[in-house]
Amino acid sequence: MSAPGLAIAFDGIVKRFGPVAVLHGVSFGLEPGKVYGLLGENGAGKSTLMKILAGYESPSEGRVLIGGKPVAFAGSRDAEAQGIVLIHQEFNLADDLSIAGNIFLGHERRKGLFLDEAAMRAEAAAVLAQVGLERPADTPVRQLIVAEKQLVEIAKALSRRARLLIMDEPTATLTPSEVARLFGLIARLREDGVTIVYISHKLDEVERITDEVVVMRDGRLVGRAPTASLSRHAMATMMVGREIADLFPAKAPFDAEAPDAPAALAVAGFTVPGWAQDVSFAVRPGEILGFAGLVGAGRTELFEGILGLRPGAGDVRLGGRPVALRSIAEATRQGLSYLSEDRKGKGLHVDFPLAPNLTLMALERYARPLLDHGAERAALVRAVEAFGIRTGSLSVRAAALSGGNQQKLALAKVLHPEPRVLVLDEPTRGVDVGAKREIYFLIAELARKGLAVVVISSELIELIGLAHRVAVMRAGRLVATVEGAEMTEETMIAHATGTRHDAA
Amino acid sequence: MTQPETRAAAGHDGAPDVEPGRGASGPSAVEHLSRLGPLIGLIVLCAIGAGLNSDFATLDNALNVLTRTAFIGIIAVGMCFVIILGGIDLSVGSMAALIAGCVIMFINWAAGALGSPLLAVVAGTGLAVVLGAVFGLAQGVLIAKGRIEPFIVTLGTLGIYRAYLTYFADGGALTLENALSDLYAPVYYGHLFGVPLPVLAFLVVAIIGAVILNKTAYGRHVQAIGSNETVARYAAVDVERVKILTYMLMGVCVGIATLFYVPRLGSASPTTGLLWELEAIAAVIVGGAALKGGHGSIAGTVIGAILLSVISNILNLTSLISVYLNAAVQGFVIIIVAFMQKGRR
Repeated sequence: MSAPGLAIAFDGIVKRFGPVAVLHGVSFGLEPGKVYGLLGENGAGKSTLMKILAGYESPSEGRVLIGGKPVAFAGSRDAEAQGIVLIHQEFNLADDLSIAGNIFLGHERRKGLFLDEAAMRAEAAAVLAQVGLERPADTPVRQLIVAEKQLVEIAKALSRRARLLIMDEPTATLTPSEVARLFGLIARLREDGVTIVYISHKLDEVERITDEVVVMRDGRLVGRAPTASLSRHAMATMMVGREIADLFPAKAPFDAEAPDAPAALAVAGFTVPGWAQDVSFAVRPGEILGFAGLVGAGRTELFEGILGLRPGAGDVRLGGRPVALRSIAEATRQGLSYLSEDRKGKGLHVDFPLAPNLTLMALERYARPLLDHGAERAALVRAVEAFGIRTGSLSVRAAALSGGNQQKLALAKVLHPEPRVLVLDEPTRGVDVGAKREIYFLIAELARKGLAVVVISSELIELIGLAHRVAVMRAGRLVATVEGAEMTEETMIAHATGTRHDAA
Repeated sequence: MTQPETRAAAGHDGAPDVEPGRGASGPSAVEHLSRLGPLIGLIVLCAIGAGLNSDFATLDNALNVLTRTAFIGIIAVGMCFVIILGGIDLSVGSMAALIAGCVIMFINWAAGALGSPLLAVVAGTGLAVVLGAVFGLAQGVLIAKGRIEPFIVTLGTLGIYRAYLTYFADGGALTLENALSDLYAPVYYGHLFGVPLPVLAFLVVAIIGAVILNKTAYGRHVQAIGSNETVARYAAVDVERVKILTYMLMGVCVGIATLFYVPRLGSASPTTGLLWELEAIAAVIVGGAALKGGHGSIAGTVIGAILLSVISNILNLTSLISVYLNAAVQGFVIIIVAFMQKGRR
């Protein structure tokens, strides 16, 4: 890998999807052989910009220059030919092929008509040694753990002679020791002159590994600075665009005076095989309980188990009454609502208009016995008002709303059956800062009205700003519940990753 | 179908949330046009038919076409629910044949056993509906609880039903006894206010179907599951129950269609109901339903069924294309419409 890194420049990049611009004229340059931290909230435009650089999207306006010369990629293969490789958040690996098969997928070595398996295995073994993955090259990818798949992705990039490597949240699923190994690899690649763009929400990692920080917000470049000159607080403030404190409502003290009153939701000794072991917690009316943990710590799976979406067992009580929930339908009848983290896959019918989305979970209220379309529309008018859903017309499809407004609609939908307990999984994923703030205020207001709220989130700032207490999960176990002065990023990360580095 | 306006209006695919332009203003002119498409097609076809043969545009011929549409039309109403649900039922033709055979055997036996031919015929019509419901229930349970692809389940039952009919008929035909056949005949040949009974039944089934689809929670749930099953499940919809009910409804429609079909010929043979599934599915698709589920309309289905009958009628009345190619026309229509739906994404 002695090829020099690439000098990249973005010149006035604009990207529109239909009438909506997600990038508004982004211009900056990247020097060869440096590690850049690309920061920005969800929806800031980082991913779109990097997809343009890697040839997956083409800009609506503006140019990408490599070494001063403008380039136009027709696809990711063109970009790869120039040495630019994007490692996706979701891996693009074919589970049934071997490691070598994946590394050479689409670039197979041939000997005449046939595949040259031996050459591919040997080359694959060489790049695997480089990334430090001790697995035979003919191992099926299915047998690898997530961290190993990550290394295969990087090995694949190296085999394409990558001179600029884009890593999107590469540590989301890694343990601390695996992270340390990845950072070692990044340092070696930098020494070889490879340019690296490192996208992450974890400011401590950005601080550790990057030379320079580039911050985007709402489709614009808002700042760049040498990493050493910035504190984490300064990075976060640049990302959010305002002091973090303004983002959250003041926490209302909830009524903890009556400890004898039954919890709205009490879970004891709940186990979801393979995901969660022996988890116990309780949330009282008016309380916001946060759930923190790494990706794969089992938070979503725990609640899917409690809701009967996957096999699980344990003691679940709603308002003191023991219940055994077998489906979401039953949970909804018992006063427990769940908002999925996957808005488009599980949350909303994007092809449906707004009103049927809103009323779907409480449709029996509108059937007398025939559906009353007028009443549904009236309910939509009230929800649009109460949740601040911004839409041009009331008869659009849900797909026509922006991410933030979709999320507000999804929130209105799960609240429509009038639950007493609300479980929100990543309630602000893919939502801009303005909508985030509105959603935080909505959640706080719901709690003030006596709803018990559970918020699962990967954004620690969100949990610190919103929750009364935060439960931290690691590898399927609830390892700590922090509150008050203990609710700091450092404490929660320490619990989430384990103080010892051998934790899985 | 490649223009952006059409794509936006059709909106068949889950649009990414970065495209708020999609369907930003209610149903557009293009969308109205695409809804009217089948009706316009029907009118154009009728004009062509009238031009080609003077016998086409007569009341007699119109009632004849509608009467023959009734069987497929009633089945297509059930098929419309199944397709909106995101499923498919390939077995309806075979199911109709087996139900017809069972009803004939039952009436022949019951006329003697019950001592009342009229009672036997009435009970026979009831049996048709009950058998349809039972067959539909079995298929629904296999699909919803057994988690087998509807394509596979109904492909299997397609073979099973027809084989059992052939077995009961010993390779030949099952025939109603003459006296019973005469007694049953008015159900097909009778009129009310000048309208043939099968046409009235078609109308009633279609109206009830439209009300169920658009004005009940169950109908909304069918659309929700077809649009995105996971979202529906997470929105507390009892997906399995809705699926089973839908295949039962399909079976009941087949039963109703069969009870009107039996008196037409008074017999059932291994060729009874052959390729009805093709015509029923084609009617639903021509009527504007999305093949991948999520939306469709009963009115469109009714028009689609009539449209296919009119094509077949024109082939009969003219020598333009051999009448033997009727099923081929339906096959081409189904593929072309499916291709156009793909193009809209």
